[in-house]
Amino acid sequence: MKRASWQEYQKDIADDKYYYARSCIRQNFFPGSERAFLDILRNDLGRNVMDDPMHTSCTGIGYHSDVVPLETIMTVVARQFALMGEAGYENFISSCITSFGIYTEILNTWEEFPETEERTREYLYKATGRELVKPRSLAHTSDIVFHFRDEIARKAKRKLVNVYTGRPLRVVEHIGCHYAKIFPKKGIGGSEFPYVLAGMIESWGGEVVDYPERRHCCGFGFRQYLVQANRGYSIANTQKKLESMSPYKPDFIVANCPGCSMFLDKWQYAIAEMEGTTYGPDGQGIPVLTYEEMAGLVLGYDPWELGMQMHQVDVEPLLDKMGVEYDPAAKYLGRDGRYIGKPERAAVNNGCQRAIYDIKL
Amino acid sequence: MKPRVVIVGGGAAGMAAALRLESRGVEPVIVEREEVTGGKVRNWHKLFPTFTPAEEVLEPLCRGIVERGIECRTGVSVEAVSADGVVLAGGERVEADAVVVATGFTLFDAHRKQEYGYGIYDNVVTSADLEQMMNRGSVRLADGSAPRRIAILHCVGSRDEKVCQSHCSKVCCITGVKQAIELKKMFPEADVFNFYMDIRMFGPGYEELYREAQQSYNIHFVRGRISEASPTINGRIQIKAEDTLTGRPLKMSIDMLVLLVGMRANDDNASLAASAGLALAPNGFMQNKDPFTGAVRSQREGIFYAGAVTAPKSLADTLAEASMAADAVVDYLNADRR
Repeated sequence: MKRASWQEYQKDIADDKYYYARSCIRQNFFPGSERAFLDILRNDLGRNVMDDPMHTSCTGIGYHSDVVPLETIMTVVARQFALMGEAGYENFISSCITSFGIYTEILNTWEEFPETEERTREYLYKATGRELVKPRSLAHTSDIVFHFRDEIARKAKRKLVNVYTGRPLRVVEHIGCHYAKIFPKKGIGGSEFPYVLAGMIESWGGEVVDYPERRHCCGFGFRQYLVQANRGYSIANTQKKLESMSPYKPDFIVANCPGCSMFLDKWQYAIAEMEGTTYGPDGQGIPVLTYEEMAGLVLGYDPWELGMQMHQVDVEPLLDKMGVEYDPAAKYLGRDGRYIGKPERAAVNNGCQRAIYDIKL
Repeated sequence: MKPRVVIVGGGAAGMAAALRLESRGVEPVIVEREEVTGGKVRNWHKLFPTFTPAEEVLEPLCRGIVERGIECRTGVSVEAVSADGVVLAGGERVEADAVVVATGFTLFDAHRKQEYGYGIYDNVVTSADLEQMMNRGSVRLADGSAPRRIAILHCVGSRDEKVCQSHCSKVCCITGVKQAIELKKMFPEADVFNFYMDIRMFGPGYEELYREAQQSYNIHFVRGRISEASPTINGRIQIKAEDTLTGRPLKMSIDMLVLLVGMRANDDNASLAASAGLALAPNGFMQNKDPFTGAVRSQREGIFYAGAVTAPKSLADTLAEASMAADAVVDYLNADRR
């Protein structure tokens, strides 16, 4: 994709010594990705990352669902920052896009309205006896992987290239709405042409696919998903994106938001079951990766160590294209090596009759 | 000895003011930043609402400057102004008995509205680009083919607080109508759509042209702003908008997107104003002394304004104001002599 503007949107990304805030959704649905991030940073890149069991949810889901008031979430966020300060760190990194948006919003609110910061300091001290320490830098963890993309490329065991054809893999990048749509200057590449994932893809040999609904929301939307009656909106948005990207024949989707990774993957299962429609080759789904999984595969990690067996859409076709060696039988082994059972066969992984991928335009 | 007046800016306003001053016994000196005079009009094809070739208006001005031997210093920018002269870049001072600031405006940079993909997607052009394409006689898509469906988007960089341009640029609506008709004449089979917030047809003949565009040329007007442009797999552009009259969102594939870029204040207005103790309007244009009785006067005696340096204006208004400014300068000089 032609881009002219991403370099105008730069931000200060620290080079080392990070205080890591985990994501509620990812710890449940993509625990391997958070683990991979820590392994890549510590073992492959030799960086210092503090993974603090003391920190809590940022309460972003509650905030966006109108059950957590602004003053409360500000105080919770202030506590996270206080913990960072107590641990001797000043570079705060967030695994969750919603949290990143919230941290950004609150830091900006405190800057614009200093009285809110003073009130938050007071609430924090009264509630916990802690002192607020504002971070020197704030980044999303995809910013960190982007920051080290060239170093990762130098250590790469394999590239984002189809080993059968020698051609770059075609990758759809999907950016979480809360990454830069609220504060474009805080995202690499801004909100319209974000470069944070595209930069990784290009550095690692892949080709970014632009398509009409690239900017469209994945459909997660807290009010759309949390309110059961509204879930049709959620799946309809995902369907709109899938139908738009499918003619470009992407090899996989990569996302930097917990909700997007989850819904772009799992709604494909739902659509295949409900309508018999799939969007990938051979009547199958399009694999959806997190950026840590993408980086892990590039660095030679075992896909099952990365947690890719947690995906609804099977990743084996992609692994084969990339020339990744893996043990198919190990897919359903737990961390202790015991067999944990195999899920029911799903239409999204077994070929559907109505395959949008093969429609000729 | 004739009184001397420095005119900062050699566009339509500056040249018209110079000619008027010269005819009233004043020695004008034009200082123009560009290598040639003519300003933005030099790159324009035809003028609304009469489709008069821009050249027909500009050429007599340029010819008059040459024939009357008016001093014209081009390729020089002005760093400071005062009632008794200007300081050029490099420090040279040009003495004068009065100064007319006619530095015009800057076209809004469409790259800033990234959602429209200007500079990213082929066949997204600005209204200024389209005029130059028409001047070259080569209105074509990037692949050389003729467009079959064209969208013209109003208010790009105007009435838009997100890019700090709250003002109306005044001339874009009628420019959109004019360009739509020109495109329809070139490509009779094409569908041409104008996406607008409001249609502001304030000048003589404008409303009539707007009606003619619909009745005679079947040009479509949709009240709604385009939210984003994206590429389609077959090289076209997909746009999304809301038709606010029907209350429905719409999505359409087009071949060409024309962005009607607005007029914004020059970046160096602030430094010019600071150099002479002049005031800036909230939108960054120079603030005249009074909107009714001092439209061409500044807050400083001896410094005058002409044209779009004080606000977006049509060429007709600019030329009228240039004469007004010249007359005000002569009145000021005569009063000074008395």
